[in-house]
Amino acid sequence: LMTRSPNWFSYEKRVDSRTIYVGHRPCPDTEAFIPSKFCDNRIVSSKYTVWNFLPKNLFEQFRRIANFYFLIIFLVQVIVDTPTSPVTSGLPLFFVITVTAIKQGYEDCLRHKADNEVNKYLVTVLEDGRSVKKESEKIKVGDVVEVVEDETFPCDLILLQSSREDGTCFVTTASLDGESNHKTHYTVPDTEKDLQALTATIECEQPQPDLYKFVGRMHIYKPEQEPAVRSLGPENLLLKGATLKNTKKIYGVAVYTGMETKMALNYQGKSQKRSAVEKSINAFLLVYLCILISKAVVCTTLKYVWQSKEGQDEPWYNQKTQKEKDTNMYLKMFTDFLSFMVLFNFIIPVSMYVTVEMQKFLGSFFITWDKDFFDPEIQEGALVNTSDLNEELGQVEYVFTDKTGTLTQNNMEFIECCIDGFQYKHRDTWSEVDGFTVTDGPVNKLQQKEKEELFLRALCLCHTVQVKEAGSEEVLTDQVDGIDEMRPQLEEERGFIASSPDEIALVKGAMKYGFTFLGLESKSMKIKNRENNIEEYKLLHVLNFDPVRRRMSVIVQTKSGETLLFCKGADSSIFPRVKPEEVDRIRMHVERNATEGYRTLCVAFKQLSAEEYAVADTGLREARLALQDREEKLIAVYNQVETGMSLIGATAVEDRLQEEAAETMEALQGAGMKVWVLTGDKMETAKSTCYACRLFQRGTELLELTLRTLEDERLKREEKLRELLQEYHRKAVQDAPPVKAGVTRSWSTANQDYGFIIDGATLSIVMNPQHEVDASQYKSLFLQICQNCTAVLCCRMAPLQKAQIVKMVKTSKGSPITLSIGDGANDVSMILEAHVGIGKEGRQAVRNSDYAIPKLKHLKKLLLAHGHLYYVRIAHLVQYFFYKNLCFILPQFLYQFFCGYSQQPLYDAAYLTMYNICFTSMPILAYSLLEQHISIEILLDNATLYREIANNAMLRWRPFLYWTLLGIFQGLLFFFGVRFLFSNPALQDNGQVFGNWSYGTIVFTVLVFTVTLKLALDTRHWTWINHFVIWGSLAFYVFFSFFWGGIIWPFLKQQRLYFVFANMLSSVSAWLVIIILIILSLLPEILLVVLRKPRGPHSRQVYLSLPFPFWILPFYHIHPILCYSP
Amino acid sequence: IMASSYGAKEEDGHHPGSAGLGGAAIRTKKPDNTAFKQQRLPAWQPILTAGTVLPAFFIIGLIFIPIGIGLYVTSNNIKEFELDYTGTDMSSPCFNCSQSWNSTNTCKCELFFSLDQPFESNVFMYYGLSNFYQNHRRYVKSRDDSQLNGDERSLKEPSKECEPYRTNENKPIAPCGAIANSMFNDTLDLFYIDPNGKKRPISLTKKGIAWWTDKHVKFRNPGGSNSNLTTVFKDTAKPVNWHKPVYELDVDIENNGFINEDFIVWMRTAALPTFRKLYRIIQKNNDMTPTLPRGNYSLAVTYNYPVRSFEGRKRMILSTISWMGGKNPFLGIAYITVGSICFFLGVVLLFIHHKYGNRNNSSDIAS
Repeated sequence: LMTRSPNWFSYEKRVDSRTIYVGHRPCPDTEAFIPSKFCDNRIVSSKYTVWNFLPKNLFEQFRRIANFYFLIIFLVQVIVDTPTSPVTSGLPLFFVITVTAIKQGYEDCLRHKADNEVNKYLVTVLEDGRSVKKESEKIKVGDVVEVVEDETFPCDLILLQSSREDGTCFVTTASLDGESNHKTHYTVPDTEKDLQALTATIECEQPQPDLYKFVGRMHIYKPEQEPAVRSLGPENLLLKGATLKNTKKIYGVAVYTGMETKMALNYQGKSQKRSAVEKSINAFLLVYLCILISKAVVCTTLKYVWQSKEGQDEPWYNQKTQKEKDTNMYLKMFTDFLSFMVLFNFIIPVSMYVTVEMQKFLGSFFITWDKDFFDPEIQEGALVNTSDLNEELGQVEYVFTDKTGTLTQNNMEFIECCIDGFQYKHRDTWSEVDGFTVTDGPVNKLQQKEKEELFLRALCLCHTVQVKEAGSEEVLTDQVDGIDEMRPQLEEERGFIASSPDEIALVKGAMKYGFTFLGLESKSMKIKNRENNIEEYKLLHVLNFDPVRRRMSVIVQTKSGETLLFCKGADSSIFPRVKPEEVDRIRMHVERNATEGYRTLCVAFKQLSAEEYAVADTGLREARLALQDREEKLIAVYNQVETGMSLIGATAVEDRLQEEAAETMEALQGAGMKVWVLTGDKMETAKSTCYACRLFQRGTELLELTLRTLEDERLKREEKLRELLQEYHRKAVQDAPPVKAGVTRSWSTANQDYGFIIDGATLSIVMNPQHEVDASQYKSLFLQICQNCTAVLCCRMAPLQKAQIVKMVKTSKGSPITLSIGDGANDVSMILEAHVGIGKEGRQAVRNSDYAIPKLKHLKKLLLAHGHLYYVRIAHLVQYFFYKNLCFILPQFLYQFFCGYSQQPLYDAAYLTMYNICFTSMPILAYSLLEQHISIEILLDNATLYREIANNAMLRWRPFLYWTLLGIFQGLLFFFGVRFLFSNPALQDNGQVFGNWSYGTIVFTVLVFTVTLKLALDTRHWTWINHFVIWGSLAFYVFFSFFWGGIIWPFLKQQRLYFVFANMLSSVSAWLVIIILIILSLLPEILLVVLRKPRGPHSRQVYLSLPFPFWILPFYHIHPILCYSP
Repeated sequence: IMASSYGAKEEDGHHPGSAGLGGAAIRTKKPDNTAFKQQRLPAWQPILTAGTVLPAFFIIGLIFIPIGIGLYVTSNNIKEFELDYTGTDMSSPCFNCSQSWNSTNTCKCELFFSLDQPFESNVFMYYGLSNFYQNHRRYVKSRDDSQLNGDERSLKEPSKECEPYRTNENKPIAPCGAIANSMFNDTLDLFYIDPNGKKRPISLTKKGIAWWTDKHVKFRNPGGSNSNLTTVFKDTAKPVNWHKPVYELDVDIENNGFINEDFIVWMRTAALPTFRKLYRIIQKNNDMTPTLPRGNYSLAVTYNYPVRSFEGRKRMILSTISWMGGKNPFLGIAYITVGSICFFLGVVLLFIHHKYGNRNNSSDIAS
């Protein structure tokens, strides 16, 4: 959450608040009514208007380095007398710019449309007692707006009145943060029923983007009374974009409008993630730029050396024009340099960017189309939010996963509880009315019954669960007949709504044991006890749950006037606040439950005396009214109240594992990924989940670094930490046999496996030790240990710590690619931080993720199949593009040595332009979309295959060098092959001779055929599309050449290619040279393919066990990645 | 915003099994189960193994070696005779002509040579130039193809590319440009000196030396059907270096003006600085005698074309032609080499494959 907006802090620093006059009515005793200026309610998400589209869009497009480079080349061609016409580079550039502009224009059009829809939406506004229909954009701050059920709020509103009796309303914020559960919002207490008579001002903070924060104060003025002050919090604020549910109608006053609403402030583009492939492209680009410049420099230099010889520069047959003679020599040199640049600029093709973009955009459809990712339960498939990162899915080294809701289903079931040290387990014996039995120890019946009932009442009262109204969306059974109902299925579907599934599980658990929560009505909670009597409690205060305190409490008043505080929370936060002697009896149970993988909560209670309550009450009210530091003040009061409680019992709730969680984790580990579990849960629970997921196995030695292990009488915590870190480091790093990169457990069973466990508190010491100097040392020790462990578990993590860990790994040596997967708001920070963020199911995480998948098990296919294939495809695409342009331009460069360095192009302008656009673009695009060098099934069955592309294997310098050398070899071959043929240019059987354009056309023909056939050789998966584009491209080239040379084109200044191609084909020698050059160029390729043999018995076994020997794949040639020797 | 599509989860999650029934209400987003979308298009998956490639190597070898031998033999059977007549050498008869270049006086010289072997069938006579950069960019672009195509407007207003050979004395040059201006204008005549010492001129054909399409489509005289080229070209100037205007290149109306074949041949710029261009064809007269019998010959040169200033060379080449064109051993050698390499590689691969294959099998059994 913290990373969302750059101007976050500036908002917090601004202390000034805004004053809003409800209904624009002046208030009696404040200073004169000044209608302050706020922005209107118009939402503008569009970037352009009709007028500024062209300049603004062009400016933005040319800010991209590549586009700018091509623009410069184009301008040089226009200004300087260059060998090729500006059309050759202008046309592709124009094409790219136009397509992008159209796409962006269209997208902006849609945004305009969407904006208009929102802005022109008719809303009802109360004006002078009448309801007036207004366009949404005309809402002003201070207007009182009416919203009916299922409508979205047109701006941020303070809830004044609700049609529900208890002054609440329900909203879903699904379109804001993705959380689809219903949330309860409250009216401001004590506002007039007659809104017309309400005279009030609202003082609240300036707009800020945090959806969950709002601080304000409402002054209500009544005639002849002191103005009343009410505090306003996020529970009073209805956000624009949220939808009213379950409530007929509400009235609210607009506080933030238009671009100042929280939704608009959150509507900021996420920071761009750049993929490693893109970085490789840029590095290669730099190399090619160097090649380009050095070529131009070499040619320019040689040109002047050559010209210095007498008679060469200006022989009698080739005089310069007067203008040329007059030009300054140095200027001439410079323009010559530029001309060479232009001549060779095709080595960096504009089309590569287009093709890469298209590949990414189109390729991502295969993820959304994959029916294996479709989850029938939620009727959703996978979702791609960013197509830029497709190939990163094939490069993941570290997987950070959340536990609750990701590894587990977050579908809680009440398993057992422990009351006063005795374990109670629910038995499915319906003969007993409640099935609630003590499973251990003799019990003092009477006393125990009291305790039981207190415990169950606590469960029934201490929560924020809502009962869903009958007839709203689900057909509910009668609310009262819960227990005796013989249909357990329906009973479970009793409509409870809560922000956390634990709470529902607890309430349902209590229901099983005879205490049913009936609902909250106007501050009174009703429960039905075992005797079917209705008990009523007055809800005085809710001390909300927060992840720091890790507990929540309620203060209720019984009918008899007793004031009780019930508190439930994590053991670590409850135990210090209750009597120690009570703890011992329950701790055992809690720990046992935790090791079994259950989520445990402790329940405590306390009776408040009238004085105590009065103190607490005023403290809470004061804190709630505070405009600044409200949170801190509230927490201080909470902590003060929640002390001296007595422990009643503990609950255990089971969170079942996701489908195929263990298989998925095993596959990821087999693929060489390191899986880290980052959870806020407690260690024992998390550890057992890890065992269940097979992240830890029986043989795994656990290295623990938690507060518990840090406890030592002799040493201070930090010293102990250092000691432990060093010990573990020795164990896991130094003593461990040197592990070959990428080889872990599955192949080296002899080695000891290590698992590492750390908790949030210890982590914060590691990250921020007392002495600055230790920080880097601790961190590096920690990282080294973790890197040598097969799995790492980080428990008790705060959301920000999760992001911290991701960042630490991401920036560690070798900058490994990280992937975070999570489902909740607390995972957002780590999802944003990782290279690839994956959201699961429908929560806030999805909105901030790069990819969303419905189930954890889909991760396996997403990474092992899609990721692997995307990486191979795009890596091949990039290498191929550089290669094909190198052997395209190299002959042109070599030709300079034979034409007096005069920048004479070897190929005709049409060929120069069309080469990348038409002749060679489609086959590689089809390849990069369809190639499956290994079929998806095999990829899924053999996770180890993933390791072969690890560490950007196909885009490292060695493969790049291989492709470059191949390009150079072929370029040399093309040029000199034809050069030797032309030592006698009489190539036709009628004795006629060929000229320079024939020369170029022969080279070009060989080139087009060779690069296309080279791709054909690399293609392992020939669908009809591949056949169509590969053979189609070649046919098109031949057809085009005939066509282009078959007509005297009136718009061309020179008919250079007139019948050149046809004449070439009439020459047997030309045919023969074309054939031999193509075969000779491809020969080394074929040879390497055949000679590639896996070495070492291990790899051979692996490969021989596969249905077909894909070890011969061309792109594996030069990495020794197949050579794992044990 | 996209997340909202997941919104139904909470409610639906509690209805396992009801999803199918509620399908009518919920717009299903289930992806289509088509082969394309599921990446399951039927595909041919070629495997290049030693087994499949080996025959290819042998086949290539077996095809290429005979072709190469054929090419080599063909090339070797082509008779070619080259005579350098630049006259840089003091002893050369053309030495005097090469020293002074005077555009008004024509300088003539005569060289004697003998052919050791008779030239059968048609003999092609080329002139060759060296160190002449016909492929220089400034030179290549210095022409106006629409003028040469008979366009009246371009005749009066030649393209700017022709600078500085565009106008002369305010008249447009026809044909304009550096290429046309520097047209090769030596005249070469061939004489057979029969054993009696009598010089007999050999008839040289000047038709059929240019590409058919060039002569009939690309190059056209302006004025359409007007056969009087003198009037057609009357407002134009001749290229500065020419001795006579373009309409006096030949008396034959079919070979005059822009469609003069010598001119067309010259206008097809050569690829490399050392090149040859077809000059004349010596037709075989009857079946009995060779076109050029063994014996002594003389080449009479009207020496107009200066090459000394850029250290160029001029040659006269006599050559017979085969189906593959002129003499060029390169292709034959290349084919033989590649064929042999393929064959050799095939043998090596067969050996390796055999060995590896056995090892593979044994390891398979062992494991």
